[in-house]
Amino acid sequence: MFDGLIKIQQTFFDPHEIAEVLPQLILTGLPNTILLAILASLIGLACALVVAVGLSARARWLRGVCRAYVDILRGLPHILTIYIIGQGLPLAGLALFGNNTYAYAAFAIGLIESAYMAEILRAGLQSVEKGQIEAARSLGMSPAKCFVYIILPQGIRRVLPPLTGQFILVIKGTALVFLLGLTTSQREIFSIAQDAAINNANLSPLTAAGIFYLLLTVPMTYAVNAWERRMGVQSKRVGGDD
Amino acid sequence: MTAQTPATQTPAAQGGQRILYDGVNLSFGAHHVLHDITLEIPGGQTTCIIGPSGSGKSTLLRCTNLMERPQTGRILIGGDEITAKGTDIDRLRRRVGMVFQHFHLFSHLDVMENVTLALRKVLGLGREEAEARAMAQLEAVGLGGFERRRPADLSGGQQQRVAIARSLAMEPQVMLFDEATSALDPELVKGVLELMTGLAKTGMTMVVVTHEMRFARSVAGQVVFMDKGRIVEQAEPDRMFDRPESPRLQHFLDQVL
Repeated sequence: MFDGLIKIQQTFFDPHEIAEVLPQLILTGLPNTILLAILASLIGLACALVVAVGLSARARWLRGVCRAYVDILRGLPHILTIYIIGQGLPLAGLALFGNNTYAYAAFAIGLIESAYMAEILRAGLQSVEKGQIEAARSLGMSPAKCFVYIILPQGIRRVLPPLTGQFILVIKGTALVFLLGLTTSQREIFSIAQDAAINNANLSPLTAAGIFYLLLTVPMTYAVNAWERRMGVQSKRVGGDD
Repeated sequence: MTAQTPATQTPAAQGGQRILYDGVNLSFGAHHVLHDITLEIPGGQTTCIIGPSGSGKSTLLRCTNLMERPQTGRILIGGDEITAKGTDIDRLRRRVGMVFQHFHLFSHLDVMENVTLALRKVLGLGREEAEARAMAQLEAVGLGGFERRRPADLSGGQQQRVAIARSLAMEPQVMLFDEATSALDPELVKGVLELMTGLAKTGMTMVVVTHEMRFARSVAGQVVFMDKGRIVEQAEPDRMFDRPESPRLQHFLDQVL
């Protein structure tokens, strides 16, 4: 019984192993993971917004294109998508970002996440009551202003919880960047831990990496919840379910 | 809960914008909603449109600011043909305020922001000027001190009065009311009607779709009775309510009075 516990401790919680990898995790891995997550989130959110609007467009062809985009990117294994974009694009002569692995990775992860976020955003945007849109239009607001000041702020607030879940997936998804090959200084949390784990034949560095992921994701969830409460949306999600 | 005279006393409102519907037709698919409507709404007074539900009265109202577009026929406001091709719809709607049955306040904004949003983003006013104008309207509708409340924290009557203030702050030349009191609890109807009465007295051109026959009788300059997409009768209120000519209007009045 104790034997087993000790083995688990040695494999996953070896303080020596963790201490050794810690400086690298903090100095190289953490900034890289955060940078990659922010880049991918911004790309993802921007693409998702466009696709979400397209998904509820009146033109059938546009809806079709956006639907296909969502279906394909959600349906493919993420690893494959990352290879297709990170290796395929440069091979096809579309070296958008030169040799910058990071940019390809952020782009690929961003596109994958945008497919999920687009569906979430579409639900949010469509939940804004038609009457409010009519009221805004009756005051002389153009469709664009109506979207920016009425539909978007309410649509996003109503889907903040699922959207936060998606941002967490982005943070964790940055681990897949190792597929594209990284230099030492480019490695993010997971690559560093994985390399250390392989070199030392011990999984403790991965445990340390896990703790870092939790340190990023859990406070973010709480921060978003607090922000949402402050916005006071929870008390009056008027018609948010239709 | 005192509803005073709204603050809008603009020259434009005083001038009175005549509205003319000329042979207006509108169908939704096979459903012919408006049948060859020809009607004159005199400027500077209130016209009430009454009729059973489904009679097309709300649709006619919604044509007046092009929320619906007639398939044929013309609509003129103050001499401008709004149904003409190339009409700037957003510019037109600045001149024509609309109040809805279900208020439709912007639920993510507080009362002040509800009133100032269009002032700032459509008329381009600065924050201070917009808030001063909004404040005057909010006080006029009896809601001074409610600026930082959220719509969900207000009663239906208060919400509707914010909606009216929101429209009036744009200083429109015409106000459209689409069953503005139908969704209110009975005890809240009075305040909103008093507010509308006060507004009518300022000489605003108002088109009011309503089931409030007492309001129509006391405030309207003319009453229009619609049924099945057609105008069946139109007259001064006393004639309309005391001596209805058509059997359909008689029947309708028997039902509602």
